[in-house]
Amino acid sequence: MAKKSLVETTINGEQVEFLCEPRQSLLESLRDVLGLTGSKEGCLTGDCGACTVLVDGRPVCSCLMLGVEARGKKITTVEGLAEGTRLHPLQQKFLEDASLQCGICTPGFLMSAKSLLDRNPNPTEAEIRYALAGNLCRCTGYDKIVRAVQDAARVIQGR
Amino acid sequence: MHEFSYEAPTTVEQAVKLLSSDGDSARVICGGTDLLIQMRNAVRKPKLLVDVKSIPEMREISFDPKTGLRLGAAVPCIEIHENEAMRRHYPGLTEAAHLIGSLQIQSRASIGGNLCNASPAADTSPALLALNATAKIVGPNGSREVPVEKFFSGPGKNVLQRGELVTQILIAAPPPHTSDRYLRMIPRNEMDIAIVGAGACVTLDGDKVKAVRIGLGAVAPTPILAPKAAEYLIGKKLDEKTAERAGELAREHAVPIDDMRGTAEYRVHVVGVLTKRALLGAAERARQN
Ligand SMILES: Cc1cc2nc3c(=O)[nH]c(=O)nc-3n(C[C@H](O)[C@H](O)[C@H](O)COP(=O)(O)OP(=O)(O)OC[C@H]3O[C@@H](n4cnc5c(N)ncnc54)[C@H](O)[C@@H]3O)c2cc1C
Ligand code: FES
Ligand code: FES
Repeated sequence: MAKKSLVETTINGEQVEFLCEPRQSLLESLRDVLGLTGSKEGCLTGDCGACTVLVDGRPVCSCLMLGVEARGKKITTVEGLAEGTRLHPLQQKFLEDASLQCGICTPGFLMSAKSLLDRNPNPTEAEIRYALAGNLCRCTGYDKIVRAVQDAARVIQGR
Repeated sequence: MHEFSYEAPTTVEQAVKLLSSDGDSARVICGGTDLLIQMRNAVRKPKLLVDVKSIPEMREISFDPKTGLRLGAAVPCIEIHENEAMRRHYPGLTEAAHLIGSLQIQSRASIGGNLCNASPAADTSPALLALNATAKIVGPNGSREVPVEKFFSGPGKNVLQRGELVTQILIAAPPPHTSDRYLRMIPRNEMDIAIVGAGACVTLDGDKVKAVRIGLGAVAPTPILAPKAAEYLIGKKLDEKTAERAGELAREHAVPIDDMRGTAEYRVHVVGVLTKRALLGAAERARQN
């Protein structure tokens, strides 16, 4: 087996060290090495967005990044959204608005939506749809997802 | 994926050394949005990946009104779009970078990777051709500068020799009354590969065209220039009629193939339409500069 590298990084606010082979993607490192299985694997080609995580605040497809590239970065995964048992407003609104069916796309949508609201707390519908263009959902038809993001934006802004 | 090793040097010299050390089987990785997919499909099997994202000069965006733009090859497309000077002085190149994939892809995909991957349909290539950009290349024998129009040698092929990498893209400061525009046609609204891309950079003198370059993507084995259309426009007023005629002349340069995204005949037609619109759009912007 190939030599493993030690990767020191920050995941969901905690300093983490893990061992991985250079050929393991960040997605594999999260899921198979660290047991963080919230990020999903859909296509492995950057098309579906189910594997979306935030790296230094920017959304990336963790299937198209190597685990070793996480060195020194700040990674946020869907596991980092809730505070203890308190769901993030996006999670709460996805539930209330029935914005998921099978749910495999949901972690990716949540992370793309979080990155949008962090930068732009009051987005238009067009801006929401643009920010979510890299996430595919085969079940919901997207409208309920867009509505949940609008509703979460209202909650976050206290409107 | 196959086994390989990984290094992340912090200087160009170290990167060149690493790339030269492993013969033909070392490769640059930047955003990995082309390369990792090629490796998963076993199209490429490098033994060593050299990550260039930690090399400061490859992450630089610096604009000077006299010396022009130095754009690090490892700059991700999203940073191009977020940069005030890029949006102002090179709006066409900026919109090309901002069309690539999704925000997830733009956060990783670099301008240098888009160039070096040498896809005939790469979105920033026609924009770089229109701007007469130059690739700064460093290798074991020192550095050289190659104009983007001489950089491609075939589909997926470029002029880089063993151990060489592109460190920066250099573009002159736009002269007064100059601007650029990039347009592409894709079968869907987002997230698809261009069936035609057209970039134009126009310099006006009063209401006449003083200089113009037109770059085309996805209609030949490499991104190409459309010199016949450009020559025709020199000294003329750029309006609906002359832009239409330039579009017709640009079509003569297109030698596309049929594929699942569109027929050759359709692509040639679209070259005319997009060339015309890109020219009018660039001229509109140039009037305001
Ligand atoms: C879902 C998806 C959508 C996409 N949509 C588009 C699109 O709309 N338009 C478009 O044009 N492209 C698109 N792409 C392709 C891709 O994102 C771009 O080509 C990207 O710019 C490549 O940059 P990178 O940094 O990821 O390159 P990498 O994958 O890291 O590298 C690509 C190639 O270039 C070489 N290389 C990289 N940098 C250098 C350097 N500095 N010197 C020498 N060699 C180098 C590498 O060795 C490799 O062979 C898409 C890709 C995906 C996955
Ligand atoms: S699994 Fe990464 S984009 Fe689909
Ligand atoms: S809920 Fe099933 S793919 Fe989105």
